[in-house]
Amino acid sequence: MKNSDAVLIIGANAAENHPMSFKWITHAMEHRGAKLIVVDPRFTRTAAKAHVYARLRPGTDIAFIGGIINYLLERDLVHKEYLLAYTNAAHIISDKYSFNDGLFSGYNASKRAYDRSSLAYEADAQGVPKRDHTLTHPRCVYQLLKAHFGRYDLDTVSRITGCPASDLVAVAEAFGATARPELVGSICYAMGTTQHTVGTQNVRAYAILQLLLGNIGRPGGGLNAMRGESNVQGSTDMALLFHLIPGYMRGPAPGQETLTDYLKAITPVAKDPDSVNFWKNSPKFAISLLKAWFGKAATPETDYCYSYLPKPPGNCSHIALFEAMLAGKIKGLIALGQNPAVGGPNAEKERKALDRLDWMVAVDLWETDTSVFWKRPGVDPKDIRTEVFLLPAASSIEKEGSVSNSGRWVQWRYKAVNPPGEAKSDLEILNLLYKAVRKLYASSTAVKDKPILDLTWDYGPGHEPNPHLVMQEINGRNLTTGKLLDSFAQLTDTGTTACGNWIISGVYTEAGNMAARREVADPTGLGLFTRWSWCWPLNRRILYNRCNLDAQGRPWDPSRTAISWNPVTRAWTALDVPDFVWRTPAGDVPPEKSGKSPYIMNPDGVASLFVNELRPNYGLSDGPFPEHYEPFESPVRNLMSSTEFNPATVIWPGELATKATAADYPLVATTYRVTEHWQAGAMTRNLPWLAELMPEMFVEVSHELAKERGIANGDTVELVSTRGTCLAKVCVTSRFKPFAIDGKTTHVIGMPWHYGFNGYVTGGPDKRQAYAANQLTAHIGDANTTIPEYKAFLCDLRKVK
Amino acid sequence: MAKAMVLDTSKCIACRACQVACKQWNKLDAVSTTFDGTYDNPPTFRGAYCRVTFHETEAQGKHTWLFTKRQCMHCHDAACRTVCPTGAIYRTDFDATHIDPRRCIGCNYCAANCPFDIIWYDHKTNTARKCTFCVDRVTSGQQPACVKTCPAGAIAFGEREDMVSQAKQRVNILARSGYPKAQVYGLRELGGTSALYVLIDEPEAFGLLTEPSLPLTAQVWGTIFKPLRVLAVAALALGLLGNYRHTRDLQPGRPGSE
Repeated sequence: MKNSDAVLIIGANAAENHPMSFKWITHAMEHRGAKLIVVDPRFTRTAAKAHVYARLRPGTDIAFIGGIINYLLERDLVHKEYLLAYTNAAHIISDKYSFNDGLFSGYNASKRAYDRSSLAYEADAQGVPKRDHTLTHPRCVYQLLKAHFGRYDLDTVSRITGCPASDLVAVAEAFGATARPELVGSICYAMGTTQHTVGTQNVRAYAILQLLLGNIGRPGGGLNAMRGESNVQGSTDMALLFHLIPGYMRGPAPGQETLTDYLKAITPVAKDPDSVNFWKNSPKFAISLLKAWFGKAATPETDYCYSYLPKPPGNCSHIALFEAMLAGKIKGLIALGQNPAVGGPNAEKERKALDRLDWMVAVDLWETDTSVFWKRPGVDPKDIRTEVFLLPAASSIEKEGSVSNSGRWVQWRYKAVNPPGEAKSDLEILNLLYKAVRKLYASSTAVKDKPILDLTWDYGPGHEPNPHLVMQEINGRNLTTGKLLDSFAQLTDTGTTACGNWIISGVYTEAGNMAARREVADPTGLGLFTRWSWCWPLNRRILYNRCNLDAQGRPWDPSRTAISWNPVTRAWTALDVPDFVWRTPAGDVPPEKSGKSPYIMNPDGVASLFVNELRPNYGLSDGPFPEHYEPFESPVRNLMSSTEFNPATVIWPGELATKATAADYPLVATTYRVTEHWQAGAMTRNLPWLAELMPEMFVEVSHELAKERGIANGDTVELVSTRGTCLAKVCVTSRFKPFAIDGKTTHVIGMPWHYGFNGYVTGGPDKRQAYAANQLTAHIGDANTTIPEYKAFLCDLRKVK
Repeated sequence: MAKAMVLDTSKCIACRACQVACKQWNKLDAVSTTFDGTYDNPPTFRGAYCRVTFHETEAQGKHTWLFTKRQCMHCHDAACRTVCPTGAIYRTDFDATHIDPRRCIGCNYCAANCPFDIIWYDHKTNTARKCTFCVDRVTSGQQPACVKTCPAGAIAFGEREDMVSQAKQRVNILARSGYPKAQVYGLRELGGTSALYVLIDEPEAFGLLTEPSLPLTAQVWGTIFKPLRVLAVAALALGLLGNYRHTRDLQPGRPGSE
């Protein structure tokens, strides 16, 4: 971040929620004269530091960025050379592709899903995608992109977002300056971007902007997800998400009965001879993973125990699980370090889902709101039959292991003190749990119990599992020699290697624990610190770093590169690990070759302005281009089409009935975190020093709305949505302003979501109240990830006497 | 050697980690607060050695939100030291103004005369309390707790000479990059202060006094009565018995935040 010339923070609030990252943005402003651009519905502590600030109505990012993209394309303010060489701008799309009234071709309304076959590239007889390097073909991606975003003119975008056209231009000009090849801009986003029914496409819109400006793969560039928890990167890498298995491979689905079926489905085929298509190695990763999981039982004869893996039908996201609990289909829950009674969407609905369980285990540092859901305000504990266990967990300084940061650095940490009382590390809790479960099944000969009995579980003889052995399993071994692997390049698809997560292979080799390295040398001055900890993959600090160089291997900016090609000696100098084929036993590979496939993970070798159908692991559920749809609950009709909200998003039974109208609930609401509290608040509301800083639930409203409703600073109001109510203190501030949306004044209010009903502070003085903002939010999520739409919904407020 | 602290308002992000680190190191209890329509909390210095204050303004459609960490300025011409009848307040050899709790009799005159309304009266110990400049840390070669913890790099601590030139240099850069009112505060105010501010606006925008001066009572006390300190202490002790109930309720006023 310190290498950026311009930083666009949108859907994030780095100064408040990622202060350590903001330090580097401050560094860039101080030392490089970087411009900070902040786009947010409210004026945040981050906005207070910005050179350019623009506000938008919650849920209108695609329109906003679409307007910027259109502005830049109209003026040709793009990094043309990058666009041509490193994106699919020149690729020609099938003539079956169309876009009409908010819907792309292939949409099936009854399934609320797309058939993606019309999104294919037009190919020659050998199957190689056709391209038009003049970018004039009417069906080339560049022309389709221009036509698609040409609809997002400044006036329309301003009417949708409520952002004045002059502010849109200011953002476009400030960030668009990085279209110059020697300048680099970074986009930082977080939950303000993703927690929408169009969350994934919001990110896609930012990605397209970054590709147009040539800002990906470069020091100071990138599309940076600000991760909200210290190890959320690590947990995602290890397949926290329901549709993945470790290493970002899509999990098995119904119909993939054999390993061959599965491997065929997850392994992309590229017909372009220039494409590296790195995912062609998927079988090596998947079979080595099965070897790590099921050891000796995983043989070619047993299909590597592939049949043991669950093949869940459809969506198993957070929302889906709670819907299933509510329907009585799920009987037990282990809430491991999470607090859905506060953090879940439509929180009271989720608490009611807990009421229907037979048992629930909460594992946490504190007695969370979730662990005491049975004595929440408004219920009688006698009416709840769920058996509840609370297991005390060790905090981060009370256990050894690794934490992966937003930059993919896997950093080893040591235990500083022993956990208090009976508290145990998550690893130890899971170890005890597995061993106890295994004992129950020990004498079983039933086939259905084999996954439990055949599971490799070898983390040391002691009571406490050894985290080093866990890390070694993740790193992988050569099963013939017994030696730890140096990298995933050594993985095979013949069962001779085991590896718990291919992307992390190389972290713990025969040379030792690379994550524990602590050398502070930085020879490039770019802050790569390549011998501090270890970065996946292969200790590569900047992904797609081929894109920092032009086709001939010359850096766009010679002062910011870790890798360079010497045309005289015809050799590479690499102070970071190149993300391209650069050296073979025959010698160094000239840059012209790798310049044709700089995005090695994409089967077409280039970045996707248009997402075609060739994405087994990264496929989208919605359109190939981002398109503006209103949030599930919106104050206005969609000005772009008659398709109101994301047509591919899943709607659970009953949810449509909660959809509010602006006539009854005229206020647009959004939720956020404050720097003083963390997530659902269990860790911070119980610490008196933090609680005194932000002691109560509050709602921020504009002076205009306060006047309209006759409310003053410090008053108590009741917030009301179709799903619930919540009390809050009023903060009247000019940091919120009314928006002019399609000519009509629309008020936006905002509130933190940290408060609940249990702990040292709950959010207010009344013990009979729950103060969770999520009592108002809807049980609906993004079409791809199902992340709940916490950031835009309708409500109203009433003054409490 | 004279030490000083530079608080850079251009870098402060109001995360208030300093407030928490300060309470932790100095073993100050949390106070029970409510949300009263502002992020400032606790609302006064009572129970705290430092507080971040928020200043929100809007002019010509441009919004500004200024943050600053407020604490004892460690004035070189310190009113509190001048009026202290027992000599409990002294200047350390590194230019901190320090209250010796063993000699403090809790008369609260220092609090009543502090131009910045920083000092508060602690009922538990019957002494006046304020920022110690982390005298215990500094004398053992460490940085004050707030400096150590600041994630924004907004607080620096070191030799006064270095701090002054660092502050001036920063102001020069800021003045050229969109902050024409950037200035250093504390170079000459009250004989110079050991807490120096890099301000990105006029002092009053941060609730700081433009021309802070010793209150008249402090001047009178300092010039006329201080030589008679011993007598005064005796008289005061008698007087205190009478007005103890009254003085202990003297509260430091809330500095001018939003």
